[in-house]
Amino acid sequence: MYVSPEQMMKDKADYARKGIARGRAAIGCTYADGVLLCAENPSNTLRKVSEIYDRIGFVGVGRYNEFDQLRIAGVRHADFKGYSFSREDVNARSLANQYAQNLGHNFTHEMKPLEIEMLVAEMSVEDGGDQLFHLLYDGTVIDTNSFVVIGGEADAIRERMEATWSREAALGSALGSAVDALAGPDRQLAGDDLEVAVLARQNGRRAFRRIEGADLDGLLA
Amino acid sequence: MTLPTFAPGDDPGPDFVGLLTRLGVGSFESTVVFDPAQITHGTTVLAIRYSDGVLMAGDRRATSGHLISHRSIEKVFPADSSSGVAIAGAAGPAMEMVRLFQLQLEHYEKVEGTTLTLDGKANQLSQMLRNHLPAAMQGLAVVPLFAGFDSRTKQGRLFQFDVTGGRYEERDYAAIGSGGLHAATVVKLRHRPGIGADEAIDVAIEAIFQAADEDIATGGPDTVRGIYPVVALITADGFERLADDDVAARTGTLLESLRGAS
Repeated sequence: MYVSPEQMMKDKADYARKGIARGRAAIGCTYADGVLLCAENPSNTLRKVSEIYDRIGFVGVGRYNEFDQLRIAGVRHADFKGYSFSREDVNARSLANQYAQNLGHNFTHEMKPLEIEMLVAEMSVEDGGDQLFHLLYDGTVIDTNSFVVIGGEADAIRERMEATWSREAALGSALGSAVDALAGPDRQLAGDDLEVAVLARQNGRRAFRRIEGADLDGLLA
Repeated sequence: MTLPTFAPGDDPGPDFVGLLTRLGVGSFESTVVFDPAQITHGTTVLAIRYSDGVLMAGDRRATSGHLISHRSIEKVFPADSSSGVAIAGAAGPAMEMVRLFQLQLEHYEKVEGTTLTLDGKANQLSQMLRNHLPAAMQGLAVVPLFAGFDSRTKQGRLFQFDVTGGRYEERDYAAIGSGGLHAATVVKLRHRPGIGADEAIDVAIEAIFQAADEDIATGGPDTVRGIYPVVALITADGFERLADDDVAARTGTLLESLRGAS
């Protein structure tokens, strides 16, 4: 049976989008000290937000096994690159490109596209150079230095985030914006519903820190 | 450099050395037996358990045969945020082993989302030494000390190794390298259970000094160039290297007391 390429791509894209839209969303945004990564995630063990390298963080939404496999591949890519060359030679742009290649290849060549959306964030050593790479299921990469929303209901969340986000915000208010945007007008999100981490300039070589428990509740209060 | 992905049966998991093998980075292979005079060697390092954790120290000299090849190399490194590794033996392979060990711990932590236990880390170092045995037989022996703060027992612990990967946990202290015997004697005479940080630091500095006094391959304090032993403390708060100024001041006090005694 003949199926036109246009139809096939459209079907695959619809399939992937549906899978992603079922999951809860996540936000990555720059703030005064670096990058904030915040995901709605009721699980304390199955992570959406992770450390890739010294100044690089990762957020994945959608099908867990699919983005977790790419997360581990990213850690391997970064660690191997840092081992072969120098730690300063590892950057998010190269990793985002690798991810894009992988996602794009999967989208065109495999029966089932990956039902995931990812964010790769890099904190710069100096203020103002932080980068966020937004990766879509078909290999599209979008880079920005403000904020990225991935996952279900992304458009509505993006609109809410747009209204409150500011690059100069301190951690508490940046987190407040992100959590309010994720929750929307009709819901309240508590510490247990969230997975939060930062890449912050004051953290030394490995800039990635999870914010959990009492620290998180303190910031949300 | 492509994205390293593997089929389920071939996946190295959190093993960084396994990843390197799969990516075609081979380990050291040679059949030549090296002349010790051609190889740069590091010498005395020690570890002492004290009340809040464990201390590691090492001199700064590297030698090639009878020549001093470096005056200010470092032999004490953080392995991760709560443990340290110190090395004696052939400097090149030793530095590489430390680098791989540090990477392995960090790689495991990131892939698995949790840190290895202290015993797990010591075991990992054991395996690296065992893999290094063929090179050790050719004259490139590496012998490390590993010490860390065990978050489960809330105390410092330290491990000695041999070239075959044998792992031996020591209760209170250990010293290895060409001046290790002399250093160990000093620590043995001055160590007591529950020794505090302040005293442990002074004991370590004197132990390195006495080792340098007896062993030509161990470097003593170099007051002309301002080079002093590396001393690091590992406690519940993590790995902290003492400032050179602090070690210099303590060395000054030690030299003063030795002058007074003679």
